[in-house]
Amino acid sequence: MLARTLPRFGSRRSLHIFERNFMVYRSQWLMLVSGFFEPLFYLLSIGIGLNHLVGNLHFDGRVVSYATFVAPGMLATSAMNGAVIDSIFNTFFRLKISHAYDAVLSTPLDVIDVALGEVWWALARATAYAASFIVCMVALGDSGSVWVVLCWPAAILTSLTFSCVGLAACTYIRSWQDFDLVALAQLPLFLFSATFFPISLYPAWLGAIVSFSPLYQSAALLRGVALGQFEWIMIMRVAYLLALALVALALATRRFRRILVP
Amino acid sequence: MIGPILEARELVKRFGELEAVKGVSFTIERGESFGFLGPNGAGKTSTMRMISAVSRPSSGSLTILGLDPSTHGPEIRGRIGVVPQEDTLELELSVRQNLEMFGRYFDLPHAILRERASELLEFAQLSERANDKVDDLSGGMKRRLTIARALINRPELLILDEPTTGLDPQARHLLWERLYRLKREGVTQIITTHYMDEAEQLCDRLVVMDHGSIVAEGPPRELIARHSTREVVELRFGTDSHEELHDRLAPFAQRIEVLPDRILLYVDEGDDTLREIHEVGIVPMSALVRRSSLEDVFLRLTGRTLVD
Repeated sequence: MLARTLPRFGSRRSLHIFERNFMVYRSQWLMLVSGFFEPLFYLLSIGIGLNHLVGNLHFDGRVVSYATFVAPGMLATSAMNGAVIDSIFNTFFRLKISHAYDAVLSTPLDVIDVALGEVWWALARATAYAASFIVCMVALGDSGSVWVVLCWPAAILTSLTFSCVGLAACTYIRSWQDFDLVALAQLPLFLFSATFFPISLYPAWLGAIVSFSPLYQSAALLRGVALGQFEWIMIMRVAYLLALALVALALATRRFRRILVP
Repeated sequence: MIGPILEARELVKRFGELEAVKGVSFTIERGESFGFLGPNGAGKTSTMRMISAVSRPSSGSLTILGLDPSTHGPEIRGRIGVVPQEDTLELELSVRQNLEMFGRYFDLPHAILRERASELLEFAQLSERANDKVDDLSGGMKRRLTIARALINRPELLILDEPTTGLDPQARHLLWERLYRLKREGVTQIITTHYMDEAEQLCDRLVVMDHGSIVAEGPPRELIARHSTREVVELRFGTDSHEELHDRLAPFAQRIEVLPDRILLYVDEGDDTLREIHEVGIVPMSALVRRSSLEDVFLRLTGRTLVD
């Protein structure tokens, strides 16, 4: 029964897409390594820099240093940016410029294998980058508690959601000019998702709108985990991110099918 | 396996309102080289994509290698090779990597792929460029690499969509020679082309498509015999009074065609016709007698008007 339903959700051939990406990026190792410096840039600039100005703040009835408060938000942002850039730019190139997927689809792979393969790749990258981010957090003393290790799976979940969303979004992109729209969506998401200040600073109505932002859900989840403050609402946050990932992946596959095998 | 390698019955492909393929039927035998001719927009590429088990027919039945593509797509694609109309090489990978990576999609082990890639590089005369990036190759080299790539899984059936479009004569002849070699090895080939000489050279049998339907089918020589005369006399007069000449020349030919720059007479014995014309006092500025070609058949069946 399982064997019969499995092909609909892709096959293990999707791993060949992972293999392909690995082969391409092996020759661009500098780009891969640069990803490991990103957390340092975030933590040193916003963490250390603003920490001097802001000092400590009250958050959920606790006093934490600003650096400790902001680090999980930066991790969420970094996970979002990495996933979006990878899935939107690179996938767009293969989908509509080099037509590399057209060639792949003349082999035993199916459309769903292509989409899933890209997600595996995004997750593998996210796993490595999130680990290095968390190591930096701990090294700089920005970890709120030992629970910070749980930021790892939470950051990977964030990457999953945003890479699926990016995969779906890239199918609507017509030319390189449309990437301005991506930036236009990404910036307010970053600025208004309460990644570097508490959502309680917003008036209630704005806070309610912001709570729909997947970046806010991710940042809140990561922050709660990092500070060791576990609440039932975290399950909702995880469910929200997972649901968004699945809906986006289903949409992406549908769109891929329409573009690649009309 | 007994039976044809590919059988299509009343295949239809619709894109929304547009019916690109309007119920075509054909059967292709093992070892055959089968051609699809037709002007742009005739439905050739849509047909190719269906018989590559990539896009699904809107209706009709299709059997490839004895299997149904709607249920056995991956298995069928694992046993055929496809050369698409436009090169879809991985620009970020080297020539050799392109071959080896493509083989991985067929679940072939690395050791076998290294060996096959070397063989295919030799076959495509690209051994010296093995480690170069694909972007640096010439158009002809890219085409050869695309064909080599389609052979990585040792396909029983090779589908080539306009394999030589945009190539210089040297590159075309090299490709033809390679395709002959594959044919001798027993690989069935399906080819679409705009070049009539290519179709005559490569295809045992072909169909002519127009507006989504098949308008003729048969071996090239038979199609010429059926749809044209043995020879064609091309006359140029250097005047504009072609209409008047049409009436005087028509009785000498089975079919006459008046073009802006010349008049074509479709006849069986061109030299005899030319003599008869001279005898009644019609003296063209220049005259050429040639054998009927597939191009004459093609233009007769699909018309001289530009399609797009």
